Amino acid sequence: MLQIDLWKRVLIILTCAVGLWLALPNAFYGPVEQHNDAVKAIDVAGSTPELEAQRALWPNWMPSQLVNLGLDLRGGAHLLAEVKVADVYASRMEATWPEVRDSLRSITPVRRVEAPEGELRVRIGDAAQMAPALEAARTLARPVQTITGAGQNDIVVNGSGDIITITLSDAEKQATDERTMQQSLEIIRRRIDEVGTREPTIQRQGSDRILIQVPGIGSAAELKAIIGTTAQLTFNPVVNRGADENAAPGLGNSLLPDAESPGTFYVIETAPVVTGEELVDAQPSFDQNGRPAVSFRFDTTGARKFGTYTAENIGAPFAIVLDNKVISAPTIQSAIPGGSGIITGNFTVEESTNLAVLLRAGALPAGLTFVEERTIGPELGQDSIDAGKIATSVAFIAVLFFMWASYGLFGFFANIALIINVGMIFGLLSLIGATLTLPGIAGIVLTVGMAVDANVLIFERIREELKTAKGPARAISLGYERALSAILDANITTFIIAIILFVLGSGPVRGFAVTLGLGIVTSVFTAYFVTRLMVVFWFERRRPKTITV
Amino acid sequence: MRLRLIPDDTNIDFFKHAKLTFGASMVAVLLALVVWFTMGLNYGIDFRGGTTLRTQSDAPVDVAAYRTALAPLQLGDISISEVYDPASNSKKHVAMVRIQAQEGEEAATPEMISQVEGALKTVAPNIVFTSVESVGPKVSGELIQTAFLAVAASLGAILIYIWLRFEWQFSLGAVAALFHDVILTIGIFSVLQIRFDLPVIAAILTIIGYSINDTVVIFDRLRENLRKYKKRDLREVMNLSVNETLSRTLMTSGTTLLALLALLFLGGDVIRGFVFAITWGVIVGTYSSVYVAKNIVLFLGVKRDWSKKDNNTGQYANIDA
Repeated sequence: MLQIDLWKRVLIILTCAVGLWLALPNAFYGPVEQHNDAVKAIDVAGSTPELEAQRALWPNWMPSQLVNLGLDLRGGAHLLAEVKVADVYASRMEATWPEVRDSLRSITPVRRVEAPEGELRVRIGDAAQMAPALEAARTLARPVQTITGAGQNDIVVNGSGDIITITLSDAEKQATDERTMQQSLEIIRRRIDEVGTREPTIQRQGSDRILIQVPGIGSAAELKAIIGTTAQLTFNPVVNRGADENAAPGLGNSLLPDAESPGTFYVIETAPVVTGEELVDAQPSFDQNGRPAVSFRFDTTGARKFGTYTAENIGAPFAIVLDNKVISAPTIQSAIPGGSGIITGNFTVEESTNLAVLLRAGALPAGLTFVEERTIGPELGQDSIDAGKIATSVAFIAVLFFMWASYGLFGFFANIALIINVGMIFGLLSLIGATLTLPGIAGIVLTVGMAVDANVLIFERIREELKTAKGPARAISLGYERALSAILDANITTFIIAIILFVLGSGPVRGFAVTLGLGIVTSVFTAYFVTRLMVVFWFERRRPKTITV
Repeated sequence: MRLRLIPDDTNIDFFKHAKLTFGASMVAVLLALVVWFTMGLNYGIDFRGGTTLRTQSDAPVDVAAYRTALAPLQLGDISISEVYDPASNSKKHVAMVRIQAQEGEEAATPEMISQVEGALKTVAPNIVFTSVESVGPKVSGELIQTAFLAVAASLGAILIYIWLRFEWQFSLGAVAALFHDVILTIGIFSVLQIRFDLPVIAAILTIIGYSINDTVVIFDRLRENLRKYKKRDLREVMNLSVNETLSRTLMTSGTTLLALLALLFLGGDVIRGFVFAITWGVIVGTYSSVYVAKNIVLFLGVKRDWSKKDNNTGQYANIDA
């Protein structure tokens, strides 16, 4: 009748304990945050007594994951940037022009003519040579390397009269857009990491937007300045390589650290051979022996400079330098005259892919338009936290009192369940690394109000069952049983809403959806299973002949 | 001595004034629609684009002086409103300045913002800008679309869920009640011209979630009672079900309202609009669960003979609600 299996009891108690254990760090937010920061800093830069002291603020064996505070609570800047993906088409066409010129020159004289952006138009001297000219131009096409674009070429060549029109194919445009977005994300991420703020959010949104949220930064304008600055990518001659960070580089040289392996330093010539501005593209590929490599392409001026330099320095290493760090220092295997080359090394496929991304990440590939920006001052965030704390406490106390006054001992059980419930919400939020926003706090307060609903349903039901006088044990078990269908229906519908809010919402609204959704899950658990366990424990000890709910 | 919101056994006839209550609801919905279409909503920048600056100063806000200071910048429509917060520190005087989206700009330029900040500093030297938000017209257009989609998707999902769990009559009744709640909420925002922005849409969706919660509990009991009392009049069974669940309905609304009122008065002005919407929705939603949803179910009639298939015309279909 009124029984719960032992394993279920253990499971319920364990679940509560784990939830509360995970929530615990949030009760000591300041020290835990310092501890986490110190752990990270020691990881990156090594230990100092000061950092050790900060790390000791919170024991290592305790959980240390915290609920992230959203921008509206912590203060910071939020930007939504639209990447002008079409910019890239035009620069691709610019780079195609010399190739087209060179391949057609032997057939007929060619002249470039005015064309809309993203299109290349060439007038050929002898219209009768159109067929061989088209054929020659089409040999420049390369297959598109994506799954959806398989079997298609990257450029479309058409001829009419004495004009040849070259455009990017749709498949190539898609692939280009995809690359542009990845590059932009990567560049922006690197830029912001450089500034070293805590927990920035950099996310792609939709097909061509990037959401950037940086807590603790003074204003959106400041953030824009960081993202707008293009990092310098250069190719420099290497003078020598060593492990001494205090080595004197000598006149005209610089000493730069290796990006991957700490403790390795390069002395390079400060004047670059070519810079990232002159790089058109970089792709992961394979060398003639089938080993992973990175192929790259320079624009015309870059190609000329690079060709001359490599021809004169076969066998010598040169450094690829990004943000004053050497990301790679390959050895020149042969002269590279055509402006495109291949970087080999001891790469895995993953490394070559990363290097290609890094190479491309030198400069933002396309312009950004900022379509939404928000700055929230830290004082306002603090005000909101304070107000939220007061409101939540008052709401909590009011609901606890109301429940106790209405249902006595059973209300007291429900109250304990409610406290566990709020603890578990925080535990889960910390576990999944969710972000708490101001509407999220409202979601928790609302959960406090609504969580007792399940208990109210059960207790009202028990009261009704008591009227038909079947004895307290039977009434309690029937109450729990019969209230379940209403509890489930009511919570599933609310859960559906939380999912819709999560899918369609953004920012603070999404934070609200997360707390609302988690609150539903934990409140059904605590209000149903936890109170039931408490009631059973109490009933087994006291064996009351009559009960009042 | 236990706290009781209502006596243990109630026997209220909720259909006694059905014509009056249902009629009042209809009129209220119509009025809300009229107000919405004539007065419109006080859209925040989320939905119309533009820039808002939240200012804070230790001197009282002089709206006229702010306006005069900003006039030479020629930024088009500017609205300035003081924010009153009874719970907050009286030394803080907060105002919201809203500037319309500028021609040809997707978002506010840093120059424009620093011009505005500079101009306001001339009239209020100690002013600080605790938040600056700017949304481009393109994004705001999309946000409006998404908002409508979210509300429609929620209503649709609930229509289907209730239909699967109960009967189509219940489903229509429930969604009609939700529609009633949503329209009345939009209506009150229109009447009071409270700023209508993205969190308010979240609030409306929450109201939908809360109100359906209430309705489902009554429906659940109704379904149980319909099985129990096969011979009794539908109207009687409905009254019985509502009476049986009345104590729970009021308790839950009571606790939720307690929590919400705390948030409304103490939670600060940033989320006041959001909390106001939910508070209003809980009141309207509780009413609609009792007075709107089941009237429609009564009007549509319910299949009573659960053992036979599709005997749906129902002898109670024509009862005058």
